[in-house]
Amino acid sequence: MFLAAEHFVRAPQWQWYILGYFFFAGLTGGSYALATILRLVGHERDEGAARVGFYASFVTLLVCPLLLTADLGASWSRFWHMLIDVTPGDQGLNFKYWSPMSVGVWALLIFGLFATVSALEAFVLDRRSSTATGAPARPMGGVAGRAFNVAGGILALFVASYTGVLLSVSNQPVWSDTWVLGGLFLASGLSGSAALMALLTRFRPDAEFSLGRLHQSDAYFSTLELVLLAAFFFTIAVAGTAARTLPWLPLWVIALLGIASSLAAVRGQLRLGAGGGSGVVARAGVDTMVLSILILVGVFALRAAVIFSAQ
Amino acid sequence: MATTIKPGESYGFFTDTSICIGCKACEVACKEWNQLQGNDPTFLADSYDNTGKLDDQNWRHVKFVDQVPDQAVDAGNGRAWLMMSDVCKHCKHASCMDVCPTGAIIRTEFNTVFIQQDVCNGCRNCIAACPYSVIAINQKTGTAHKCTLCYDRLQGGLEPACAKACPTQSIQFGPLAELQKAADVRLAALQSQGVTQAQLYGRDDKVYGGLNAFFLLMDKPETYGLPNADNATLPTRNDVGGYLGALVTAVLGVFAGVIAFRRRGEQ
Repeated sequence: MFLAAEHFVRAPQWQWYILGYFFFAGLTGGSYALATILRLVGHERDEGAARVGFYASFVTLLVCPLLLTADLGASWSRFWHMLIDVTPGDQGLNFKYWSPMSVGVWALLIFGLFATVSALEAFVLDRRSSTATGAPARPMGGVAGRAFNVAGGILALFVASYTGVLLSVSNQPVWSDTWVLGGLFLASGLSGSAALMALLTRFRPDAEFSLGRLHQSDAYFSTLELVLLAAFFFTIAVAGTAARTLPWLPLWVIALLGIASSLAAVRGQLRLGAGGGSGVVARAGVDTMVLSILILVGVFALRAAVIFSAQ
Repeated sequence: MATTIKPGESYGFFTDTSICIGCKACEVACKEWNQLQGNDPTFLADSYDNTGKLDDQNWRHVKFVDQVPDQAVDAGNGRAWLMMSDVCKHCKHASCMDVCPTGAIIRTEFNTVFIQQDVCNGCRNCIAACPYSVIAINQKTGTAHKCTLCYDRLQGGLEPACAKACPTQSIQFGPLAELQKAADVRLAALQSQGVTQAQLYGRDDKVYGGLNAFFLLMDKPETYGLPNADNATLPTRNDVGGYLGALVTAVLGVFAGVIAFRRRGEQ
């Protein structure tokens, strides 16, 4: 499908701010999507972990616009030019469906509303839980509440994935030689989000119920990520640009270690499920923390390896 | 050739590299008119070209392609240096314009591609997209800069500074249709003289729908650092594949999440 490409393009010098944004976009989108799935199909005791996901999504979301505006070459105050066209005589909303950066800015903005409202709802529910007996009524319950979460979840999946598509929609070597990056970033973002939520359950006893299933989902996402990683290397090898990834071999190794940690985490969880005393449970807590951090480092390293390989 | 410049008509450059002598008058004239300070002097130790590349300070760049044989037993023989005054191509299908999220990059009334400095916010998406490595960020303004095809001069009825200064008429400016005719005549003349390697680049629509700044080359495009017709692809070609890949992953991801989180009674 792809030609053995010759590239004469200049690198855009997207470095640490963009790397940070890609990392947090994966986590904010992934956490929201997982929290939504947990709430919709999970046990009622999964609600604690779902709220952890909504909180995580909101906090990681806050970092995103800061990193994006910090990366702009011109004054940060021109960020809104992404949304409003200020061309004299041609003022109006800026929306180019064929430009992932344009679509992504709008998606981030609208998703931000969903993430903020869902985090606020989680906060209200937590406040009510602490003062009332029994499960408190959701401010946004019923079909409308579910529809809200589903709509937010769809936007979340977009936010977690479009950053990869944005790289592909360029003329840069590696990035433009593959169609895989959107999916790869999404699978990796979901994996990292499951790890982040598993890590945060340590601080919320009522969320520990979901720990095993978070690890299980993480293993699924990591397997998906591994398959997409193979597809990524295949496509850039066909295009003749795979050699550009070699200088970043250490980062690729760290990314693979992150994937391996996901698979190790679910194995440990299965062993724990098979039985064990309090010592085993305590050990499992430490394992979860270490493995989750390794997974998150892997998510970061994957994006760094992809971004730096083209530049 | 005096040209009457009228809004609504397409203008461009025809750069005939076969008569470029590498004098760099175009670079100087461009800097002079556009008040470009230029980069700090560097010695690249690679031919007579110390400009190196097009960027925010160099909107014209005379490329020197060294084709001197290592053992020059055959002095001359037409193989020594290829010289080409490179510039923004003002593509009909412009990659930079396609991806620009702010609408800063516009097509002017002269059918040229122009970056509005008061609209650009320096996101650098155009730099990632431009296949010719034309655009760069100006460190002082933080915005993207490139050749404007002397937009201000065109508005005043003047031809661009580089074309005005070129002593050999290697750079010709005029209405696109006229330039294309002139290029066809020149190519036919060269080929009739046995210069079979001469070819036009960007004259037809095979490269980005046609270039307003097109060239007569004395070798294949890759030799000059230009993508050939097979490699001249728009960034947006990856929209469908990229989003489809993400969509399939999203479906599989949600499915995996549902399998992992589905209600299975008390545990």
